Amino acid sequence: MLFTSFGFILFLAILFPLYYLVPRRFQWMLLLAASYVFYTFAGWGCLIFIAVTTATCWYAALRMDRLQKRQSAYLKARKEALSSEEKKAYKARVKKKKLGWFLAALLLNFGILAVLKYTNFAIVNLNAISALFGGGQLQLVDLLLPMGISFYTFQTIGYVIDIYRGKYPPQESLPRFALFVSFFPQLVQGPISRYDDLAPHLLGEHPFDRRTVSFGLQRVLWGYFKKMVVADRLLTAVTAIIGAPETYDGVFVLIGMFLYALELYADFTGGIDITIGIANTLGVPVKENFIRPYFSKNIEEYWRRWHITMGTWFRDYIFYPVSVSKPMLAISKKSRSLMGPELGKRVPVYLATLITWFATGIWHGASWNFIVWGLLNGVVIILSQECAPLYRRFHERFPRVGATFGWRLFQVVRTFWLMSALRSLDCYRDVPLTFSMVGTIFTRFSLTPLWDGSLLELGLGTGDWVVAGMGCLLMLGVSLRQRRGSVREQLERAPAAARYAAAFGLTFAVLVFGAYGVGYDASQFIYNQF
Amino acid sequence: MTFDELLEILNDLHPEVDFTTETGLIDNKVLDSFDIVSIVTEISANFDVSIPAGEIIPENFNSAQALFELVERLSDED
Amino acid sequence: MKRICKWGGIALIWIGAFFLLQALLVPKYMDGIPDGALVREYYRETTDHDVIFVGDCEVYENFSPITLWENYGITSYVRGSPQQLIWHSYYTLKDTLERETPQAVVFNVLSLQYDEPQSEAYNRMALDDLPLSVNKIQAVLASRMEDETLLSYIFPFFRYHSRWSELTASDFRYIFHQDTLSHNGFLMRADVRPVDTIPEPRKLANYQFSDICYEYLDKIRLLCEEKGVQLILIKAPSLYPHWYDEWDQQMVDYAAEYGLTYINFLDHIDDIGLDFSTDTYDQGLHLNLSGAEKLSDYFGQILRDAGVADRRDDEALSAVWTEKCQVYHAQAEAQYAELAEKGYLTRATTPGSQVPAEE
Repeated sequence: MLFTSFGFILFLAILFPLYYLVPRRFQWMLLLAASYVFYTFAGWGCLIFIAVTTATCWYAALRMDRLQKRQSAYLKARKEALSSEEKKAYKARVKKKKLGWFLAALLLNFGILAVLKYTNFAIVNLNAISALFGGGQLQLVDLLLPMGISFYTFQTIGYVIDIYRGKYPPQESLPRFALFVSFFPQLVQGPISRYDDLAPHLLGEHPFDRRTVSFGLQRVLWGYFKKMVVADRLLTAVTAIIGAPETYDGVFVLIGMFLYALELYADFTGGIDITIGIANTLGVPVKENFIRPYFSKNIEEYWRRWHITMGTWFRDYIFYPVSVSKPMLAISKKSRSLMGPELGKRVPVYLATLITWFATGIWHGASWNFIVWGLLNGVVIILSQECAPLYRRFHERFPRVGATFGWRLFQVVRTFWLMSALRSLDCYRDVPLTFSMVGTIFTRFSLTPLWDGSLLELGLGTGDWVVAGMGCLLMLGVSLRQRRGSVREQLERAPAAARYAAAFGLTFAVLVFGAYGVGYDASQFIYNQF
Repeated sequence: MTFDELLEILNDLHPEVDFTTETGLIDNKVLDSFDIVSIVTEISANFDVSIPAGEIIPENFNSAQALFELVERLSDED
Repeated sequence: MKRICKWGGIALIWIGAFFLLQALLVPKYMDGIPDGALVREYYRETTDHDVIFVGDCEVYENFSPITLWENYGITSYVRGSPQQLIWHSYYTLKDTLERETPQAVVFNVLSLQYDEPQSEAYNRMALDDLPLSVNKIQAVLASRMEDETLLSYIFPFFRYHSRWSELTASDFRYIFHQDTLSHNGFLMRADVRPVDTIPEPRKLANYQFSDICYEYLDKIRLLCEEKGVQLILIKAPSLYPHWYDEWDQQMVDYAAEYGLTYINFLDHIDDIGLDFSTDTYDQGLHLNLSGAEKLSDYFGQILRDAGVADRRDDEALSAVWTEKCQVYHAQAEAQYAELAEKGYLTRATTPGSQVPAEE
């Protein structure tokens, strides 16, 4: 069931009133039922996988918690009787058992994800290697990829890690835990929530609040606007450009990057707006996933503002553990003695950065394109770290430049194009093609396609370009307003007529200009595929 | 490790920050993830206290005092 | 009370805007292909009919109700639409018979060759203007292509919203009221394009009409029985698409089994007096005005023999039909004048030129 389908609208239209009509202590059960109904539309087969992940992680977390509690009780009871060595030995035994449950849950669930998502990628690569030596070829396998598996697996694993670390007590009730895993608005494309952020709200009681519901619905509407009016319209042009690389080279590659940046933004943030809007309408706050990312002044900032919940997941559960792990500390010692304290200090951090970005890349998709994309992000981050002293010297020399609007604009534009260029790996068939296409920007550059009517051959008529352009301007305007706080709160203070006009205009813009119905392929949200 | 030794590590990283008064090192984005890893590595290399990843949470890194208390607590446990 | 007024007013504005936009966005067929306008025009009729035709372009291009009236005093209406498939015909007929009870229903059997939906466009032309009813919903469910939604038939807005970029002045001009283009469902074409060669028919793997078509044919038959209406099956004298002997035999057998009249006009071309060098506007696919008048005159006698009465002595009825005849002759004259002047019709966009050769 796509967010943009009539079926989904109907589903919401039934759920919302029902949610506020049932006794409040049953609200979470209704949400659980709704989430499973929603998930069933993706296919019965998928249900098994989410159920297995839910049950195993729930159980492993409980076992780890029991071990921890038993240890505390045991040590407390024998506080005097045990020697420090005996205590240590006992703790080590418990830790080992806990680790057993932890690793079992981790391996099983990452294993499911890895097998379903990466088997064919592994086979393709093995076949390529085998072909070098004239060896045999394996057949690709036809595996089901359950909807949102990357998202719910990560969210659930995050919980298991937190319980292992003893961050908070586990959820005793399986159905309650199942709701955390399967909460339907964020099932398909995130955000990747944390248990301690989300669960209390999911399981709490929510009286009907007109303002909350109104704000939630406004956000849903805005999400539909971005997705259906802007993203799905630009999709046509982006597909045309990247689908025919032999025709569309040179400046078209640049145009393609630019349009893809807009499309992806409208698609992904639009989808998240719908997700968060629905959750808010249900009285459930969800962590923001984007904070005007295209206004970032450098790549690190960009990654703090784009797909935030994924970034922090990788930071907390991959980057930190890897960088402070024993092997990494050992490498740190070695690199310091080899390269001196200054550079040597940075080696382990950079290594952890590359590992994290490799993982981020492969999480996005089973292809070399994403791996190279991830690693390049890591490399750019490292380079910008290495260049920091240079920048510092530049600004010491020209202290007035850094404060100017022009300089900030330059930084924003630079970051935007850098990220857009990296993202072209997301578009073209394979890595060599991507590099050669980006190369044509320099070798076959010509500006004539901008005004010789070529843009009208990308599948969008003049009217479509105008609508897409106005939509983008509106998104830009909203972003600029957002710097002064919530746009909905600003709107709330506006005269009633203006509020109604805004709601009216936006609704009918979606209904009329939205890309839906016969003639449009109901296009998936880009991030559903991950 | 003393509080002053900790301050030294922090000042090396960000000489422009007054670590004795700042209590929002994470919340105000003074320290980024690279800084945090550098701090953890420094402490581990020089004072033989390892800070596990699970302890890398804003509450423990928002001020020099909080960080110092964390280190004290971890070295007590060993 | 004030609150109710306020919210009621707001709701009214939203609903009003929705329907206004819907009216603007739906195609009106006032220029270009007139065939899409046919279905809605039936509902403007003020008097009832003795004969109802149902079927595809082989009825609405070939039978002229005006001729039937002028020569026989028979009142009739052609409920045709382009590539009307048999389930369209059934539900259209059902809708008609809920409104009036004619003496005879004439069904053109060409569409029995299709056992599944063929095109979204023809679905739309057949169904969009059926008034909303359970019958319409059933019709949609029976006819829709894989990617068509019921909702978009109840609110055509959801189908036609993307026409915003194609809107023309005519969409605004005809937003609330559209002209009547047909003459009781008959679309007039006076131009001539004689038959030169007729394509050799392809051999088919299977000549048996499928079960689903017979199912609907049975439904049509039973519906007529129930309403006490005589059902006449016909095959119009269009030379192409080819009407196979094997198909013909099945219809002969069906008619015999249930005691129905079945007339294959292809066997009566000489009696009718059709001359395919002057009586077709698209090389034998459809008859033109003179061909349709000849066929209608011929068929009028058959209807008379079947007991359909002459109602020209009904004054009220005569008044209505006299007006219809005037419009008809005026258009015929205009078309002949235009042909004499230019040699072609400016708005010659009836199916011959627009619709695939199958039709």
